[in-house]
Amino acid sequence: MNRNASRKPFPFHIVVFILPALLCYTIFMAFPLLDSLRLSFFEFSRDGSSSFVGFGNFQRLFSEEFWSFRFWNALKNNVIFFLIHMAVQNPLALLLATILTRRGLRGVAFFRTVLFAPTTLSYVIVGFIWSLLLSPIWGIVHTPLTNLGVPTPLLGRADTALFTVALVSVWQFTGLPMMLFVASLLSINEEVLDAAMVDGANAWNIFWKIKFPLILPTVGIVSILTFVGNFNSFALIYTMQGSQGDPNLATDILGTLFFRVAFGAGGASEPNFGMGTAIATMMFLIILTGVALYLFGVQRRLVRT
Amino acid sequence: MATLISENEKPKRGDDEPRFVWDSILNFSGYAILIAYSLLAIIPIIIVVMNSFKGRREIFTTPYQLPNPINLTGYETVTTRTSFLGYYWNSFFVTITVLVLVLLLGSMAAYALSEYEFPGNGFLALFFALGIMIPIRLGTVSIIRIMQTLGLQGTVWSLIILYTAWGIPITVFILSEFMRDISRDLKDAARVDGASEYRIFFQLVVPLVRPALATVAVFHMIPVWNDLWWPLVLANTEATRTITLGVSEFVGQFKTNYSALLAALTIAMVPILILYAIFSRQLIRGISAGAVKS
Repeated sequence: MNRNASRKPFPFHIVVFILPALLCYTIFMAFPLLDSLRLSFFEFSRDGSSSFVGFGNFQRLFSEEFWSFRFWNALKNNVIFFLIHMAVQNPLALLLATILTRRGLRGVAFFRTVLFAPTTLSYVIVGFIWSLLLSPIWGIVHTPLTNLGVPTPLLGRADTALFTVALVSVWQFTGLPMMLFVASLLSINEEVLDAAMVDGANAWNIFWKIKFPLILPTVGIVSILTFVGNFNSFALIYTMQGSQGDPNLATDILGTLFFRVAFGAGGASEPNFGMGTAIATMMFLIILTGVALYLFGVQRRLVRT
Repeated sequence: MATLISENEKPKRGDDEPRFVWDSILNFSGYAILIAYSLLAIIPIIIVVMNSFKGRREIFTTPYQLPNPINLTGYETVTTRTSFLGYYWNSFFVTITVLVLVLLLGSMAAYALSEYEFPGNGFLALFFALGIMIPIRLGTVSIIRIMQTLGLQGTVWSLIILYTAWGIPITVFILSEFMRDISRDLKDAARVDGASEYRIFFQLVVPLVRPALATVAVFHMIPVWNDLWWPLVLANTEATRTITLGVSEFVGQFKTNYSALLAALTIAMVPILILYAIFSRQLIRGISAGAVKS
């Protein structure tokens, strides 16, 4: 194939195969992502005209009290949101996956299907389901929790709202890392496990000394997917706590801040494309840093071992 | 095999007895955890569906009981006060069109990248792969400006184009992995017979990767159907709302009408749950394939 390539006429078919996808992807995804970085150096006025302001938007974002408070608050909440997923969702997913891949377990297909079901629902539905269940008006979950001494309403208090929304997100998404862990655990060579069993290793040791090191690449993938997903989150918080991240910005994350600033939160304020793209650029840098750390640090080390 | 060995070992090794007990405890607690978490995953959904068939009084007094008699006032409110059928049609039209376009464009590009060696092949593969990790949402401001320039802002076509672009990176990535596994002899035999490259692709390669196409389709269908962000910023008019955005707006307006709220949620979630029940195998296979291949 390669040998003959130089003798053949210009391979038009390659262009025909690749061009439609390349154009669509470049014009509507790659270009806007770069263009959005460019737009963060502009200021937009109401009549649609724009003027170059250099790092002006970023300067205001970090120096003006109004903006810097909102940015750092959203970033802090986003970090907490991510850490809750890493501490609850991913270990829980790993536990469920380990159980699901035990030999001789019955009903694997049934459990897998049920456990993954919430992941197929939209953020909007999941958000409203839990808002209703936790609402003091219906009281279906609220009242029992209050009787147990839990500080309620969970979604209305600044000290519990972010934690609660994060757990709702965990409820929705545990199925996804669980499936990735299941696939990874199933690909472990059976003979290795048999040998360990014969040597008298118990389930705890087999897991930590054999299985866990072998699935480390998947732990890496799950972590980076969680990171990108969390720092790009929007719809669940928007649905449950509104575009302001109620109460009092306690659940405001970068995605809701970006939406509110760039598009004016459905008419509540003036759309501000310049500041909006500046926030998007910060999100871009944060996500890019995470991905780069994963690709050049974590993944390379994991593949070598 | 494993059982044979351990049975042979049994008389010799004294520590097998505690391991048997330990195994039973593990088995029991394993089932207990699975059942508990399954209930946690499914009960909220069941409570919503069940109560959507009740009147307001029953929803508050007997939330845990089956509806008796079935009360459809919630559904009447939803169907008479909104154009839910229209929202459904928009979601359906957008999702199907996107899947056709993503599969067509994505598989063609995947074939070009996996079949031919040409200058820039590696660069293009990397260029597409970058789109898997970088969220397209960050380019929203620029996308709105592009759609306005093209006159597509506020139409379902803006959604269709956007979701197609969004789906291309992962589709190209997964499909080119599958296409690499197709035997070269088959394709070369067809070439010797004088088949054009297009014919080889459409009549030989596409049928061979059909299971992978189904997997990618199910994989992309869920996020497109469920998405809120793009309908919100690109197509938030009564005529172009998708079901996800429609529910979001409806719930905002009918905050206290519980039967209507629960009915709207049920209407929005039941189709995706039915599709999931039918296609869960493809979906699960897709996630596993993606995990192992990457």
